Amino acid sequence: MSKWSQNWFAGIAAILIAAVALAGCSSPSGSPAASTATPAKSINLNGAGATFPAPLYTKWFDEYNKLTGVKVNYQPIGSGGGISQITEGTVDFGATDGIMTEAEMTKAESKNGPIMHIPMTSGSVAVIYNLSGIGSGQLKLTGDVLADIYMKKITKWNNPEIASLNPDLKLPDAAIAVVFRSDGSGTTYIFTNYLSKVSQGFKASIGNAKAVKWPGDIGGQGNAGVAGQVQQIPNSIGYVELAYAEQNKLAWAQLKNAAGNFIEPSLEATTKAAEGVSLPDDMKVMLTDSSNPEAYPIAGFTWILVYANQRDKDKGEALAKMLWWAIHDGQHYTSALSYGSLASTAVTKAENAILSMKYEGQTLITR
Amino acid sequence: MDKCKPNTSHIAVGSDTASAVRARVGDKIFSRLTLFFSVLMVAILIALLVALGIDAWPAIQKFGLSFISSIEWDPVNEVFGALPAIYGTLLTSLIGLLIAVPISLGSAVFLSELAPDWMRRPCSFVIEMLAAIPSVIIGLWGLYVMVPFIRNPIETWLGSNLGFLPLFQGPPFGVGFLSAGIILAIMVIPIITAVSREVIAAVPLTQREAMLALGATRWEMITRSVLPYCRSGLVGGVILGLGRALGETMAVTMVIGNSYALSPSLFSPGATIASKVASEFNEASGDLYIGSLIELALVLFAITLLVNIIARLLVWRTVSVRGTGE
Amino acid sequence: MKAQSGYFRRQQFSRMMLVLCGVATAIVILVLILILGYTLVNGISYLSLDFITQQSKPVGEAGGGMRDDIYGTFILVGLASLIALPVGLMTGIFLAEFAGPKMASAIRFAADILAGVPSIIVGVFAYAILVRPMHTYSALSAGVALAIIMIPVVARTAEESLRLVPNSQREAALALGISRWRITLGVIVPGAVTGIVTGIMLAVARIAGETAPLIFTALGSAFGVQGLTQPIGALPLQIYRYALSPYSDWQQQAWAAAFLLVILVLGINIVVRLVSSRKKK
Repeated sequence: MSKWSQNWFAGIAAILIAAVALAGCSSPSGSPAASTATPAKSINLNGAGATFPAPLYTKWFDEYNKLTGVKVNYQPIGSGGGISQITEGTVDFGATDGIMTEAEMTKAESKNGPIMHIPMTSGSVAVIYNLSGIGSGQLKLTGDVLADIYMKKITKWNNPEIASLNPDLKLPDAAIAVVFRSDGSGTTYIFTNYLSKVSQGFKASIGNAKAVKWPGDIGGQGNAGVAGQVQQIPNSIGYVELAYAEQNKLAWAQLKNAAGNFIEPSLEATTKAAEGVSLPDDMKVMLTDSSNPEAYPIAGFTWILVYANQRDKDKGEALAKMLWWAIHDGQHYTSALSYGSLASTAVTKAENAILSMKYEGQTLITR
Repeated sequence: MDKCKPNTSHIAVGSDTASAVRARVGDKIFSRLTLFFSVLMVAILIALLVALGIDAWPAIQKFGLSFISSIEWDPVNEVFGALPAIYGTLLTSLIGLLIAVPISLGSAVFLSELAPDWMRRPCSFVIEMLAAIPSVIIGLWGLYVMVPFIRNPIETWLGSNLGFLPLFQGPPFGVGFLSAGIILAIMVIPIITAVSREVIAAVPLTQREAMLALGATRWEMITRSVLPYCRSGLVGGVILGLGRALGETMAVTMVIGNSYALSPSLFSPGATIASKVASEFNEASGDLYIGSLIELALVLFAITLLVNIIARLLVWRTVSVRGTGE
Repeated sequence: MKAQSGYFRRQQFSRMMLVLCGVATAIVILVLILILGYTLVNGISYLSLDFITQQSKPVGEAGGGMRDDIYGTFILVGLASLIALPVGLMTGIFLAEFAGPKMASAIRFAADILAGVPSIIVGVFAYAILVRPMHTYSALSAGVALAIIMIPVVARTAEESLRLVPNSQREAALALGISRWRITLGVIVPGAVTGIVTGIMLAVARIAGETAPLIFTALGSAFGVQGLTQPIGALPLQIYRYALSPYSDWQQQAWAAAFLLVILVLGINIVVRLVSSRKKK
C-alpha cells in the first residue's frame, strides 16, 4: 500500500480512536459544585420518565447539585418509559403522570419488591381553541359537551349545547376541527380520565389511557404539535399541558367543575384540585373532577416511582434525601415554571411514603 | 500487514517465490475478511428480525393475518390492525419519490455535467447540508412554515379547481398525506442527488466524447450514454432514498396529521408505520400493545423487501457489468 | 434542410432540459435556504461562543449552552464510525470485488433492507441487546445503534463507487503481478475514494441528526460525558426535547443547536474531503 493511503487511513483511525478513548476515560464534566459538604464518594442517580415534569426536575436537580454535590440525571422518555425502566432496573427512579396498572405493579414488584408512587407536583390540562373574535377564557364548556365534541357527536361550533353555555358569544356555523395528541402521553391519560368520569358514553366508546382511538380529526406530536395545529387551523379545539398554554399564551376555555363553577386553568386551581379529593396512603389517585369549588376539573399529580426496599445504602439514602427536599424546598420552584405546588395534605402522605423507604430493614432517613 | 513498498512492485510470474506465496495468502485473508464483514452485516439484519419476531409474537398469535387487513387501532380495547399505516407508508413514499427523483437526477446532472467548476464543490456541500438537518427540525419547519403554505394557497386551489377528483377532496387542513410526501421528498433528495452525482461523475470521458462525436446533443449524450452506463448506481441511490423514506419517523409525524384514516384524498390526515411506532412506542405498555407496534415494524420490513424486489425487477440488469473498460 | 431543422429542434430540446436541470438544483438550494434560514432566525439569539462552551442551564436561567451535548455528539459519531466504517467498507469491497453474482445479490439485498429499518426500531433492538442486559443506558449502545444505521449506506455507496472504477485498472495491475488485496486497497479504493467518502459523509450526516435511537440507548446526561457505559447526551436528543418544550428560551436553544449541528457536519464534511482529495494525486 502506498504511503499516502496508509497515512490517510491511519490519520482518520487515529482521530476516531482518540475521540472514543476520551469518552472511555470517565471524565465527568460536571457542574462546578460549590458544595461545602462534598461527600467522600460522589453519588450519581439516574431517573427517567414523564416529559411533563422534566423542566421542573431539571431545575430541581441543578439546584440540588449545587447544594449537596449529588448528581441526579433525569431524562424525559415518557411515562410508559419511566415505568418500564424502573421495572427493568436500568434507572434508580422512574416518573409518571399516570398510575401504574395492576399488571405493571405486579411485574415491577415481582422483580424488585414493593414500589411506591410519590407525588411531586401537579399540573393541569388546558382546553385550547382557535375561534376568531373569542379570546382566552371567554369560551365556557362542560365535561359532557367536551366529551361529545371529542366523540364527534357534536360537530359544529354553533350547536345548541355549546351555544346555551355561551349565550353572549358569536359561535360560527363551522365544523369543529378536533385536535388530539398522537403520541401516547400522561396528558392524554389525565384528559381521558376526566372525560371518562363525566361521560359514560366516552368511557364506553373511547376509554381512559395514555393513547386511545380518537374518532378524528388530527393528531399532533407532543404539546407543540397540538398547539401548532390549533393555532393554524381555524375553528379548531385541542388539549395541552397548562404550562404549555401559559408559556405560549394560548386561548383556553373555562370548564365547569363538579361543584358547578366555571373555572379557568391556573396553578391555584390545580393545587385546589388535590384539596377536594381524599388522598389514599399509596397516593395512587387521580385529581380529575375534584369536588373543591375552586378546583380546575382536569388536574393531576405527577409521581416519582421508587422501590420501598433499596439495594444500595448510599444511593438509597441519597434518593430518600433528594425526594424529601423535593416535596419541601423544591416546591418553591414550582410556580415560576407553571407547576402546581403540592397541597399540605399531599405533602404529609408523601413524607410517610419516603420515610418508609428501607435498606435491609433499616429506614433510610428520619424527619 | 506487509511493509510499505514503492509503487511498482516486483514481478512474480509463475514462480513460487516466498513473496508470491505471501501474496496468495494475503489475498485469501483479505477476501475472507471482506466476506466476514459482509456476513456480519447480514447477521445483524437477521438478529434484528429475530428480536423483532420474538417481541411481536403475542400480536402475531392473536391477530394472525387479519392484522394486515384490519383498520382498527384501539389501545384501550387492545385491538390492532395495520392497513391504514401500510397505506400511508406506501402513499407518502410514492409521493416523496415522485417529487424527489426528477429533482435529484436533474440536480445531479446539472452539478456533474453543466455547472462550472467553481460551483460544483460548494453546491455539493450545500446539498449534503440538507442531509444533516435533524429530522425533528425539518418536521417543525414543516409544521410552522410549509403546512400553512400548503393549506393556503395550494390545497385550497387544488380543492376548488380539481376537487372533482377524489384525490383533492376534503377539508384543507394542511397536514396530511400531501405534506408528508413533500417532507419526505426534502429528506430524500440529498441522498439521491449525492449518490447520483458521484456515479455520473465517474462515467469515463470517452463515453461522453463518443456520443458527441456521433452528433448527439448534450441532453442525448446524457440520457443515452452517461445515465445508462451508471444505471445501477442511480438505482442504488434511489433505493437508498426509498429506504430513508419508508423508515422516516420524526419529520413525517409532525406533518401527517396522525389520524388512522384510509382515504384516497391527498388532503386527508393519515399515518405511516414509522410515525405510528414513533408516536406510541415510548408510552406503550402491555405485551399485546408493544407486540403490535413491533409487528408493524415487521410489516415494514416485509414492505421494504417487496418494494426492493419490484424495483430490481423493473431495472432488469442482465449481467453485473463492472466498469466496462475502454 | 430537413436534417438541419431536426438537429436544431434537438438542440432546443437539449437546452430546455438542461435549463430544467438547473431549475431543479435551484429548487433544492432554495429549500435549504428556507429551512436553514428559519432555523437561524429562530435560534440567532443563542448563537454565540458561550453556546458552545457552556453547560446547559435549567429553564428560566439565562445563558447556558450545549457544550456537553456537542461533545456527546462527537463521541457517538466517532464510536459509530469506528464500528460502521470497517463493516461497511469491507462489505462494499466484497460486493464489488470478490462476491459471485448470487451472493452479491443476496448481500446487496440485505443491505437495502437494513437501510429501510426505521431508526426507532434500531434503537429498540440496541436497547434489547445492550441496555437491558447491562442494566444501564450507555454511550456504547447508542454507538452500536447508530452504526447499524450507517452500515448499509456506507456499504452500498462504496460498492457502487468501486464498481465504476474501470476494469482496465484492475487488469493492468494484475498483469503487473500485484496481489489482489494490494490492488484493491492501493488502486481501486483510492480510485473510488470520492464516492466512498460521499457515502460516509451521507451516513455521518444522517446519524448526527438522529434522535429516535438515542432515546432508547443514550438516555441523555445532565452532567456531561461520564464514560462509555454511562448515559450520554447528544445534540439531536436535546434539540428534540427542547424544541417540543413549552419554554421559549429552550425552543430558541433548540433552533440554535440545530443550526450548530448542520455547521458541525458541514465542517466534518469539508475537512474529510480536503484530506482525501489532497492525497489523491
